[in-house]
Amino acid sequence: MKIEVRHLSKRFGSVEAVSDVSFGVKEGELLGLLGPSGSGKTTVLRMIAGLETPSGGDIFIDCLRVNDLPVQQRNIGFVFQHYALFKHLTVFQNIAFGLKIKKWKKAEMAPRVSDLLRLMGLDGLGDRYPHQLSGGQRQRVAIARALAPRPSVLLLDEPFGAVDAKVRQELREWLIRLHDNLNVTSLFVTHDQEEAMEVSDRIIVFSKGKLEQDGSPAEVYEEPATEFVARFIGSMNILEAEVRGNLARVGGLEFPVTGFPDGHRVQVGFRPYYVQISEDSMQWPLKAKLRRIYFLGVAYRLEIETEGGLILRSRMNKEEFRERRFEVGRPVSYAITQFRLLPQEGRVAAL
Amino acid sequence: MNARQLVSLALRSTAIGYVLVLILLPLLVIGQQSLVGGLGRFSEDIVQPQAAAALVLTLEAALAATAINAVFGTLSAVVLVRYEFPGRWFLNALVDLPFAIPTLVAGLMIAALYGATSPLGAWLQRGGIEVLYNVPGIVLAMVFVTMPFMIRSLQPVLMELERDQEEAAFTLGAGRWVTFWKVTIPSVLPGLLTGLFLTFVRALGEFGAIVIVAGNIPMKTQVAPVYVYGEIESYNPRGATSVSVLILLISFAALVLLERLTRPPGERLPAVISRWRRSRPEPVAVPPVLPALRG
Repeated sequence: MKIEVRHLSKRFGSVEAVSDVSFGVKEGELLGLLGPSGSGKTTVLRMIAGLETPSGGDIFIDCLRVNDLPVQQRNIGFVFQHYALFKHLTVFQNIAFGLKIKKWKKAEMAPRVSDLLRLMGLDGLGDRYPHQLSGGQRQRVAIARALAPRPSVLLLDEPFGAVDAKVRQELREWLIRLHDNLNVTSLFVTHDQEEAMEVSDRIIVFSKGKLEQDGSPAEVYEEPATEFVARFIGSMNILEAEVRGNLARVGGLEFPVTGFPDGHRVQVGFRPYYVQISEDSMQWPLKAKLRRIYFLGVAYRLEIETEGGLILRSRMNKEEFRERRFEVGRPVSYAITQFRLLPQEGRVAAL
Repeated sequence: MNARQLVSLALRSTAIGYVLVLILLPLLVIGQQSLVGGLGRFSEDIVQPQAAAALVLTLEAALAATAINAVFGTLSAVVLVRYEFPGRWFLNALVDLPFAIPTLVAGLMIAALYGATSPLGAWLQRGGIEVLYNVPGIVLAMVFVTMPFMIRSLQPVLMELERDQEEAAFTLGAGRWVTFWKVTIPSVLPGLLTGLFLTFVRALGEFGAIVIVAGNIPMKTQVAPVYVYGEIESYNPRGATSVSVLILLISFAALVLLERLTRPPGERLPAVISRWRRSRPEPVAVPPVLPALRG
């Protein structure tokens, strides 16, 4: 393990920002810490960097316990959300800052900075000042500055949070390529689930200071370990049902389940693309009314109201949608082709 | 010309006229008067022993006051911005007092505190330190009346300074001391310079507090503004004018320099010089956002 975190917690006054979090990062991995704002993910990152002192638990970098090591000696590169470039220094001087501190020789410093400028697509901008650069360029200078002294790990705090949507997409693809190229163990924090899915080898989901799930993007998406993950990642229809005779029943729908006593309440979840809809009222067994149609660009989202009064979301690709003739307010037939029971942790509101 | 253009013209004329009538016009008049007798007479007035001594003393004392306020003003500004402590609001309000009270009153307070009849003054005197009617008194008076400049120019830039710039320096291996000098100070440089220059310029012109604290002893405690006052009193308007103009020129030069220095980095030197400095070869093509990476 390149980085290992064991039973890490952090209290700010009476608020527990991070509680009992443990995970590891393998050499060369690109790991995403995902969660809504205030979930403690940035605090975890800052504790690994040494910018925040843990209230409990241990942090290991390269198998060395670094709890008592000041930030200056942890050999990490840190990229801040709002760049945090030194405004009074040129791009070149910004990137060289860490090298100067580490007393690199001038003869080695200049080629290292030039290499990074080239790698970051910043050729010819070395003499500029940060205020003369675009947001995307500034963020790349920040990454170059963090990488310059060859840190053993790279930590990025919402690296693309401050740039507009198009540049963000470019930077994401660019970060993936950069990582493939340099293979530096990297940890990045994001509240954007799409970004986490796209960029990370592995995702750790946080909520309210606790680790909810640790897995590959596909695992987190397909097999959410907790109700929070199911709700937070992607779109999901979630129904609260009551078990009777090995069937979870809600609003006239019945889902086969086993192993629950009668009267037990379970949460049934299914992604919108598992809801099939047809304008032909005979094609599928269940009946509903089409409430709304949303155009999403690559697909359509359809919202239906079932006979039992449930509102369900369905997703249909453009081609299929065009072959059909949907009309808002008209009856449709539908089927739910797959579902899963959401994990319970005593969090489900009991009636 | 329509109504909107008229309003815009009227606004501009008023603003320009205001500055011209209030500041430039008196400057021109006094400048013209100082040159009535030619440049020769002007320099004669200035090198005249009593005037020269007053000017040198003023410059030295103002520099000393600026240095003192640079250190303690910066310290106070950092503490007032960064640290929470009981009574901070009160201390913060107190900072503006030197602006609010007449400088004569400031002089009176200093005289009362450091006079031979006060315990502090007596104690200092026993130690051989004469504050009143002496140079330390002048510097003290200058420090007092200029104290708010340093603190008030630094406070906003310190508040604006993002903590993450300092944290970035830490992650790059820089300790607190290095970070303070290489990141914090340069980041607040515009505010720092503004504070320094305003302190200096204001100290050059202080009259009321100094005349009370240091008196008017020619060649010893007579500062330039007090000298000017004396010359006017003794019907020598030309001598007064020449020294005044010199002080004005020094202050004006300082303010022009300040304006240059507080521009964004890269624009501080006049265009001609920076063009000359940048004549080193520079790659022309700027690569696309997504370069083809090696490997």
